[in-house]
Amino acid sequence: MGESSMMAERRSILPAAVAWHGVRYEPVEAMARFVLRGSDAVCSTAAEVIGLSNPSVLRASHDEHRAILWQGPDEWLILAPEVERVALLQRLETALAQAPHALVDVSHRNVAVRLEGEAATRLLATGIMLDLDEAAFPVGMTTRTLFGKADVTLWRQAPQRFHLETWRSFAPYVIGLLQAGARGL
Amino acid sequence: MLLIECPYCGPRPELEFRYGGEAHVARAADPATVDDEHWTAFLFWRGNPKGLHFERWRHASGCGRFFNCARDTVSDVIVKTYKAGEPKPDAARLMTGTTP
Ligand SMILES: [Zn+2]
Repeated sequence: MGESSMMAERRSILPAAVAWHGVRYEPVEAMARFVLRGSDAVCSTAAEVIGLSNPSVLRASHDEHRAILWQGPDEWLILAPEVERVALLQRLETALAQAPHALVDVSHRNVAVRLEGEAATRLLATGIMLDLDEAAFPVGMTTRTLFGKADVTLWRQAPQRFHLETWRSFAPYVIGLLQAGARGL
Repeated sequence: MLLIECPYCGPRPELEFRYGGEAHVARAADPATVDDEHWTAFLFWRGNPKGLHFERWRHASGCGRFFNCARDTVSDVIVKTYKAGEPKPDAARLMTGTTP
């Protein structure tokens, strides 16, 4: 059996980009995703490897291609380009070898969509209970919350741009609700 | 909908939380030395007060953490939330001026 036949092929289950009234929906490209659990020091070590800072509570630290999203006081979600997945995982494991931690590759578990436009908060508010006014949910803020009944991670990247991350099997439900919500915009 | 103050995330909608039973139920350090009566009490006997109740909650669709909560079972007013591991607050002092 050749090497290539052993490789899993990742096909997106997300519908293609589309412009709704006041919001552009776009599937986020496949990414490397790691859940990191451990102490604050563990996250600082990982952040140094990635070249980012340790994000504060309910915040993301990021550069153009990578991000660390705060998920809880001992849990972070690391996002990076798909091509860096194997090398980054190895570098993180090496740097964290002496520290108690859990580092799990969830690249295949999550999918994400990008929502951008003046109606983005109104569309999100059809499924999310949180106050999405910029005063309550400023740029850079991220949190796990519920979209309808599905667990999601929401990250405000710009005043009118959001990254919405959910588990793969929840995606048809979340996208269905977004499509229904978009019809009412 | 209730807003519950997560000690880590701040006030959040009730639907993000799961109830976790009575708080401050300590497991014996050496269970082998505990007799049946006390083990039964640890496993099964719980308070059911009319008034202030100390209970565990988990911010399940949020930061994922368990924390403790003092809630008035009559009014459903959440008097105080605090991190797991912090000492149980004084009930008499908490209830002052909270019951309608
Ligand atoms: Zn929380």
